[in-house]
Amino acid sequence: MNTIICILLMILVTNCIRILPVTLIRKRITNPFLCSFLYYVPYVTLSVMTFPAILTATSNVYVGCLALLLGALAAWRGWGLFPVAILCCVVVYCCEYFLV
Amino acid sequence: MSTLEISPVRQGFRDGIPIAMGYFAVAFSLGIIAKKAELSMFEGFISSFFTRASAGEYGVYSLLAAGTTYAEIIGISLIANLRYLLMSASLSQKFAESTSLFKRIVVAFCITDEVFGISIAYPGKLVPSYTYSAALVSTFFWALGTAGGILAGDVLPANIVSALSVALYGMFLAIIIPPAQKDRKIGWAVLASFVISGICAVFPYMCQLGSGIRIILLTILISAFFAWLKPIKSQEV
Repeated sequence: MNTIICILLMILVTNCIRILPVTLIRKRITNPFLCSFLYYVPYVTLSVMTFPAILTATSNVYVGCLALLLGALAAWRGWGLFPVAILCCVVVYCCEYFLV
Repeated sequence: MSTLEISPVRQGFRDGIPIAMGYFAVAFSLGIIAKKAELSMFEGFISSFFTRASAGEYGVYSLLAAGTTYAEIIGISLIANLRYLLMSASLSQKFAESTSLFKRIVVAFCITDEVFGISIAYPGKLVPSYTYSAALVSTFFWALGTAGGILAGDVLPANIVSALSVALYGMFLAIIIPPAQKDRKIGWAVLASFVISGICAVFPYMCQLGSGIRIILLTILISAFFAWLKPIKSQEV
């Protein structure tokens, strides 16, 4: 077992996965089902990654829940990426400050 | 998305900063594991810089610390990162037809959950320079965080790490909610994803699957279901 070889294998495999689809799919997909599928993929995958992971990311489920609700509200009101991200951090920091 | 008057490179840099912040915190904890696998700071930096995959790297460093085989390294890298296959396929449809193969490959190389998210959210066709710039700043902090974790794993106070770790999720919310507001179909898909994902995380059998596999399965099933239930009209793409 060589650590360097393991790292190189990880780099190779991970990036092959990233690069393969864009090299193979160069044309616009016309199949309506596939089009629709790829249209939904980004939003579904980001949603699935956010929930329930955000609840367990902090020390306390309720803190994560509050960060989720306030972050979602801010995004609904049209806040950008950075402001929403900062808001969630501040919510968690403040809650944990008062809880502990 | 905010202003369009500034150049894509500067906008990418600006949107890359919250990603970089979150990455730094997450990579820091990754560094602590990398240290157990006896990686040097330099190895950690290089390894993170070129891999940029939290779950995949976490798996590989844990295996290295415990002792492993090359086949296991390949297997975990494949499974933990399979979602990039879907993201890359989805991005392939956002390129302008004229985009060169070289640029397509470099953009694909940049894909992480977050960089993919903001690239999709950027209005109009994909602008490679925007993606490069966001990926560069965030990758630098990802690699720096890993090296930092290896150097001084337990220096950063726990409450700071805890607060920073939600930055990425906050950003995801800012990416998915505005389109969900504009397009009712996306709204339903987002809502369904939250509910089903929440159920699956506590449901017997489903919760025993690794989170990487669960994300892939749910993404495929839910997206396919909505593609069947509410197909889009071609001009919406």
